[in-house]
This record gives sequence, C-alpha cells and structure tokens, in this order.
Amino acid sequence: MILEGTVWVFGDNIDTDAIIAARYLSTIVPEELAEHLMEDIWPEFPRLIKPGDLIVAGSNFGCGSSREHAPLAIKGAGISCVVARSFARIFYRNAINIGLPILECEEGLDTLRSGMDRLQVDLGQGLVTNVQNGDIYHSAPFPPFMQELIERGGLVAYVKAKFGVKY
Amino acid sequence: MNKDHLQKHGSTMVEKILAAKAGQARVSPGDLVMIKVDLALGNDVTAPVAIREFERIGFKRVYNPDLIVLVPDHFTPNKDIASAEQVQIVRRFAEQHGIKHFYDVGRMGIEHALLPEKGLVWPGAVIIGADSHTCTYGALGAFATGVGSTDLAAAMAIGETWFKVPGTTRFEYHGFLPPWVSGKDLILYTIGKIGVEGARYQAMEFAGPVIDKLGIDGRMTMANMAIEAGAKCGYIQPDQITFDYLKDRVTRPYYPVYSDQDAVYAKTISYVVSDLEPQIAFPPSPDNVFPVSEAQNIVLDQVVIGSCTNGRIDDLRVAAAILKGKKVHPKTRLLVIPATQEIYGTALEEGLLKIFVDAEAAVSTPTCGPCLGGHMGILAKGEVALSTTNRNFVGRMGHPESEVYLCSPAVAAASAVAGRIVHPEEVI
Repeated sequence: MILEGTVWVFGDNIDTDAIIAARYLSTIVPEELAEHLMEDIWPEFPRLIKPGDLIVAGSNFGCGSSREHAPLAIKGAGISCVVARSFARIFYRNAINIGLPILECEEGLDTLRSGMDRLQVDLGQGLVTNVQNGDIYHSAPFPPFMQELIERGGLVAYVKAKFGVKY
Repeated sequence: MNKDHLQKHGSTMVEKILAAKAGQARVSPGDLVMIKVDLALGNDVTAPVAIREFERIGFKRVYNPDLIVLVPDHFTPNKDIASAEQVQIVRRFAEQHGIKHFYDVGRMGIEHALLPEKGLVWPGAVIIGADSHTCTYGALGAFATGVGSTDLAAAMAIGETWFKVPGTTRFEYHGFLPPWVSGKDLILYTIGKIGVEGARYQAMEFAGPVIDKLGIDGRMTMANMAIEAGAKCGYIQPDQITFDYLKDRVTRPYYPVYSDQDAVYAKTISYVVSDLEPQIAFPPSPDNVFPVSEAQNIVLDQVVIGSCTNGRIDDLRVAAAILKGKKVHPKTRLLVIPATQEIYGTALEEGLLKIFVDAEAAVSTPTCGPCLGGHMGILAKGEVALSTTNRNFVGRMGHPESEVYLCSPAVAAASAVAGRIVHPEEVI
C-alpha cells in the first residue's frame, strides 16, 4: 500500500494523554475522539488536518497510558500513517492490532515542516520518500508475524481467521 | 507449570516464565511467542472497547470466564451519564458471560491494588491487562504487562496473546534507605536517571539489599512505575516478604521462578541510596526528577494521596503519622483515596481516616479519579498539585495549564501541612 499526504510534525515522548485527554474517554467512537486529537498540546490541530495526512514524530511516540482510544482517535481523524523514530510498546501493539499503519524511521524526519511538506510511504517495502526532494529512507522491517497481522487487517481479523473455526 | 522448564541456565525470571508457558526449553530476547495467559484484566475505560472488538470477532462465548477480571475504577462511582453507560456495558458483559471477577462499586478497588489483595496474582503467573500499570504485579514475581483493548478482546476469545520476549536490565540498590525515603523515591530516582524511554521494550529487574528489605507495598509502587521508563514489565523475585503477603490470599499451588545466577542481562545498573533525598518529579514528565531540596517555594493548591501507585495501607500509615494532630494548610486542599475497600476498612480500624478527617483532608471511596483527570479533584487553569500518583503529563489532572508534581506519601502529607513542597522533617 502506498500512502501520500501532508505531514504534521511532533517531538519526542508524545504521551497518550496528549494524543487524547482522559476527559474524553467516556466515548469509544473514533470520530468523536478525533475531534479532540492532540488538543491539549495543539488546540487547533483537529481542525488543521485533512484525511490522508500523516503524523511524523520523534522517539517514544504514544508513551504512557494503554488507552487504545489514542490510535483510534488518530485513525478516526483520517490520519493515514504515523511515522516516528520509535514508538512506545503498548501504542505499537495497539496500532497494529487496530490496523493503523505505523512505521519506525530513524532518519530524514528532522527537516520536515508541519502543514507544508509531504511524505510518501510504501508500507510493503518499508520506504519513506520525501516528496519535496525525492530522498528515500528505509524503515525498520516488521517481523513476519506482525506482517501477517497487518496484512489480515488487525488482530480481530487474525483471530477470526486462525481460531474462528473452532468455536 | 512444568518445573523442568525452570531449571535451564542463563535466563532471567521473565525469560523462564515465558519459556515455560510457551512449552520451550528457553526463549531469547526478541523471540515472538504466542502463549496462554493466566489472567486478562480490563477497566471501565478499556473494557468497553475490548467488548466491542470481542463482539466483532463473533465468538459466542469467552474462552474461560475465570481468566477474566473486570474492574470499573477510572470514572467510578460514575461521574456522568456517559461513564455510567460505559460501566453498564461492562456489567452486562460480566453477567452474560458468567465472569465472577467483576468488582462493582462498594466491593472494588483500584485494579492494581485489588488483584493482589484478592489472591489473583501469584509468582510465575502471566497476566495481561488493558491498563498500562498492569506491570505492578511483577512485585509478586509474576510476568505482567499492559496491553490494549483489542489484545484484551483476543485474550478473552482465545485465552492467548502474543509477546516479543523483552531483554532484561537489572537495577541493584545498595546501602540503606534513609528516613522518609521510600519505594516511590527509588523508582522516581531511577526514572530520573534513565529517562522515560530508558527501559523501552525491556524488563526491569529490581534487586539488591535495599529491595530485599523493602515491604510489599513499596515493591508494588516500584513495579507499578516501570511503564514510566517505557518498560514492558518490572519485577522483584519472590522471597519471604512475598510469601508472607501471599499466605491466605493465594490458595492455588504456584512455583516461584528466579533468574539464573548466570542470567544474561542487557545491562546492570547499581545505585547506592544511603544518602538519597525524597524525590520530586516536576511537570510535565515523570523523568524530570529532582531531590526535594531543589523544590523550593512551590506553593500547592491541591495534594493527592492515593492511586495504584501509592494508595496502599503502608502509604496511608506514613501519611497519617505525619498528619496526626496537624491541619492541612488553609490554602491547600488534601484528598486521600484509599485504593481498595479492604485498605479503606483497615485504615478505618486503625484510626487513620479519623486523623485525615481531623486534619481537614477529604477522604474518598476508592477510585482512580483525579490521577488521570477523570473526576474527584480536577485542577483549574494555573493550579498546582502535588500527587503520589504516577504521571504528570500536560493536562493529566485537569486544565492543560495546570501542573502536577509527583512524590511519595510522606512528602505529600508533609507538604499538605506546609502548603508548599517540603521535606517531611520540616513539619515533624
């Protein structure tokens, strides 16, 4: 799958309270959560983004609480992919489990400008292309088990396919 | 569990638990394993999403109702109609599937204080929870880690989950704990040293002479905050203190698991703590840690003593010892939240609640409440809180322009009296 969109750039250690504040956790509807995405650290953010845009971040993106509402809010906002230097482990699981595309990419993210620059992401090949200058960066490949999860569309589809027959 | 698997050499406690559950002689960091879980936990925030995903899987029945624990603790007693409806989803699911480990208001506690108390945690167990502080149970020698709601849904359906085997970093604490310095100070100090991603994807093994003497409540505080360093789990190998706690709580047989003498660690880090001061994490991150002597003139609107980190009986005892016969500063509000009904009852019997009430603190029924800015003590714009909880991110306890400092129960109690952050010795 190839995704392309405008980038919105965040720093290191973006925690899940920042992604979606706890006061909004009394709903589980992705589109309602999306209205408050990143609100406490960037109040205008939910109104700046367009479907298909990408979030770019530094290291340890999604640290803190295990709330799956965080990747759900990102998905609900129409963000097509999160590219970060690294992810906190529960966020990483959650994103793969719900089918939100994410990529770890160590290089090339520092010079990107929010709302201006565009990235193209080739999920299958793990390639990140800077649309402005054509630079191509390689992301860390997913282990085969996770590739299978991603290809099946997340953990629910995986469990259905693998275990559904027995029940 | 087959004990033969526990005899292999060169492995840490976590590697041995995961190998045994995977039916393998050994596992190595980075291996992916699919294993049976002993317990899968959800709360009123995470379980509704899990239930929705479970229903999408389309199974009629859960794999085993006795493996599932549901504890509505975040927005309970329900703060509004929306949260009441979330709990209703969980309550109905528990009824429908015959889940006996469902703990409602009046019988509940904050999940990570409640489960050990109810005997649902034992050495060698594999526990997942759709709550990041599930890592608390490592204090009893279990492998326990936070996951997401969809992970919980899958575990409810098939009784299994997938893990990448973590590498292990060993943290040794040498010397002795000075007066007023606690497990909370040790873990804040550690997070301050290594940073919020200092143990990302790792297991943290806490050991050494100081840990050997640390009480079970202090151990749970330390394992609880392993996630704040990005860890998958934190643990302390079981010893007599563990077994004394488990006696009369865990009735099933269990086999304690220990790291081999020749276990391979990613790293070993040693601290000498005999001169350690009480530690304070400044906003907006749990790794922004300074000794209390560097927290000068920080005036407090609110102080919170409670949470899955520090709402246990030892925490209330130390707070009461400081607050006895004193009053909370007139410009400061103190909230005390015993973490479970049992702790609440013990605090009542020991006269601790009377001490808090006489000191003009508000005492609450168990709830996560203010820790995550849910309810029961939300901060206004510009307000400053000192809290025994675990996170101080932007907006964590209320308005995005409020601030949260983290500390031990002793520092929290003393500072409530002083109206600003102080060393407990200042008010004793």
